[in-house]
Amino acid sequence: MTKAMNPPVQAPTPPPKQKFQFARYQDLALVPVIIILLIVGAVLSPIFLTPGNLIAVLTQQSELSLLVLGQAMILIVGKMDLSLESTVGLAPALAVALIVPASAGGLDVGLAAWMALPLCLLIGVVIGGLNGFLILKVGLSGFMVTLGMLTMLRGLQLAITEGKSLIDVPESFLYLGSTTWLGLPAAVWICIVCYAVGIFVLKYLRAGRSLYAIGGNSEAARAAGIRVDRVVWIVLIIGSVLAVVAGILMTGRLGSVAATQGEGMIFQVFAAAVIGGISLQGGKGTLFGALSGVLMLGLVEQILRLQGVSGFYIKASYGAVIILALIVTRFATGQKQE
Amino acid sequence: MSEFAAIARGVTKRFGRTLALDDVGIEIRAGESHALVGRNGAGKSTLVSILTGMQVPDAGEVSFFGEPAPPVADRAAWRRHVACVYQKSTVVPELSVAENLFINRQDLGGRLISWKKLKRQATELLETYDVAVNPDELVSALTVEQRQLVEIARALSIGSRFVILDEPTAQLDGPAIERLFDRMRSLQDKGVTFLFISHHLQEVYEVCQTVTVYRDARHIVTAPVAEMSKPDLIEAMTGEAGGLNVPSGDDRPSSADEVLKVSALSGESFSDISLSATRGEVIGLAGSASSGKHEFAETVYGLRKPSSGSISVDGASVRGGDVPAALKAGIGCVPRDRHHQGLVLDLSIAENATMSTAGRFVWPSAQRSAGSTAIASYDVKAAGPDQPVSDLSGGNQQKVVMARALAGDPSVLVLINPTAGVDVKSKESLLGVVDAQARRGKAAIVVSDELDDLRVCDRVLVMFHGQVVREFARGWRDQELIAAIEGMSSE
Repeated sequence: MTKAMNPPVQAPTPPPKQKFQFARYQDLALVPVIIILLIVGAVLSPIFLTPGNLIAVLTQQSELSLLVLGQAMILIVGKMDLSLESTVGLAPALAVALIVPASAGGLDVGLAAWMALPLCLLIGVVIGGLNGFLILKVGLSGFMVTLGMLTMLRGLQLAITEGKSLIDVPESFLYLGSTTWLGLPAAVWICIVCYAVGIFVLKYLRAGRSLYAIGGNSEAARAAGIRVDRVVWIVLIIGSVLAVVAGILMTGRLGSVAATQGEGMIFQVFAAAVIGGISLQGGKGTLFGALSGVLMLGLVEQILRLQGVSGFYIKASYGAVIILALIVTRFATGQKQE
Repeated sequence: MSEFAAIARGVTKRFGRTLALDDVGIEIRAGESHALVGRNGAGKSTLVSILTGMQVPDAGEVSFFGEPAPPVADRAAWRRHVACVYQKSTVVPELSVAENLFINRQDLGGRLISWKKLKRQATELLETYDVAVNPDELVSALTVEQRQLVEIARALSIGSRFVILDEPTAQLDGPAIERLFDRMRSLQDKGVTFLFISHHLQEVYEVCQTVTVYRDARHIVTAPVAEMSKPDLIEAMTGEAGGLNVPSGDDRPSSADEVLKVSALSGESFSDISLSATRGEVIGLAGSASSGKHEFAETVYGLRKPSSGSISVDGASVRGGDVPAALKAGIGCVPRDRHHQGLVLDLSIAENATMSTAGRFVWPSAQRSAGSTAIASYDVKAAGPDQPVSDLSGGNQQKVVMARALAGDPSVLVLINPTAGVDVKSKESLLGVVDAQARRGKAAIVVSDELDDLRVCDRVLVMFHGQVVREFARGWRDQELIAAIEGMSSE
């Protein structure tokens, strides 16, 4: 095989160690950045390093981090799901509407209140499964299918709730969104557990490693005996279910389901994933990297907020931070992002 | 005008610590076809990129027809001097042939693009070089052969009279290769000079007048092809005397124990094929690209669904169209194309080698040691098990694919083009693995057109239009087998 553009690799020469070591620790690339942000925050504001403030950052980022977890796995497997942000709103809204009476904005179906959580998760499975069916079995473009789904689910939520917030929220939602276990909010614990499981599965389970094989070269994965469609389908379903969990936590934290719940989040989701080293081309990146992307965005936001920067400017600076972070990763890794 | 189309002298190029070219030269006489051969990593690719202006040499000079090479930034000048048809296509698949021929000069000197004029000029150009392709056709609809011809025509239309062909035959079947050679000869008569790169030494003898050999970044020899015997050529390439050292395996023990039984198997492009392989038997499967041999082999491994018929290993039937089932039954496979199906290039050697066989849990330390074992047992030249396979040369990548196929200790091996695009040394080592596995009592099917691959087989089946038309026992004659592959067998 003659590759005209690339230098030939002369194997017997001493191993070019430098490059590999960097590649090996690439998912730790944002850790120094996070430490610097912590120092900057502490210098600018005396309360920055207090437990209360740090827990607030974690809590604010918990919902986003679950979406990023799902999206990161979907990206690694070589697909993308834009509809996650609408799932965040629709699943709790639909579940609540099926339980509460029409007087509280419901559909008057009158299901038992204990069914709220299982119902929500089931809705997530159905949405992810439907996305998977359209992409894998019907053979439609994943980008377009989930873009359509994004609009359709959001519209469905508005239709069900007539554009109003649902404020009569079941106890189980409120509990998860507001309680604390061992000094940390339940939402943060849930994220920690989800990431720990995700990182373990993607590193130590054959099923998890198959995500990288599929995203890197799906034909080769198939030839190696990996059931490509099944794995992708399951990943899409897990992504939707994680979005539902994020929706439940958000509902609990805010005490209601807003008609716009989750709207606009998908941009932050992609930003955090890409900053964290997940390739949009598939097959590359780690969940730890994605998590550090989430934390980095959260710290920047909090620093700006404590400095009294207005919400509008925070939004603008958010965009600037994303671009800046991309530039930094571009030069740190020496690779072009496509 | 100089009598040399291209001269490179004293060229040195290093990439980091790797010396890719060490004070080498080449002199290509105008109007000849000049072969450049060498093992993977010999520096051929680097020389090509220097001759096409994609890389600047650290030292040395390049000239074309007596003029010094233009500055690197002046792409237009380079394209007038030299054109290169890479293995990877450099045409835009979703544009028409006509637009590709005049890409980035579609306006033909005018202000606006006249599509009518463009089509007329394209038609003229294609007629001049006798390329039977419709200019309105999208390039993505062309065959590899047609695509290459379009690229050659484009190169010549820019004014270049020196064309580099980088492994042009790698993806072509027999008759298409012959047609390419005919065309090279007729263009040569019109004064076009070729630099021809190939792993098939036979092709060098067929179409070239002069051959240059590089080895380990150095120039070894340049000589008229007529004065260079095949063993001499191989010696120059490998630095070792003697021809290709492929085990013929005629002393392999045979057995009556049937391992693989394929009964009346039909599928896409082949029908009603039965075959049975015993322990230690290696069966060759030859035929043109359209013979259905690839499809048959891929069906045995479960990559394609059979329409009827059955496959069984050790008496147990194997579900069709199901790779995991085939793996479980004990069938291992080297797929057709290592880039497309064989490897995940960004992943490490260890991960690629263990992809089919890992247990439910993957412990990185166990994976790495499995990777190290593969590197040692299949003679992979690599820095370590963590190295991504994209860093390896073609031959070493193919060894990783072989390691993966054998990782589960399968009793049947399906090897499709196992030595495609690898150098002589790697070829020997890969075929040695096939022989060793057969001696351990494995059955193997080797799908290939390369006579060297087929020599390791106990018998060779030739397919034509989806049927097995001939069977050759060990000791076949080259001409006979080639005639059968091309469909010229005497019925």
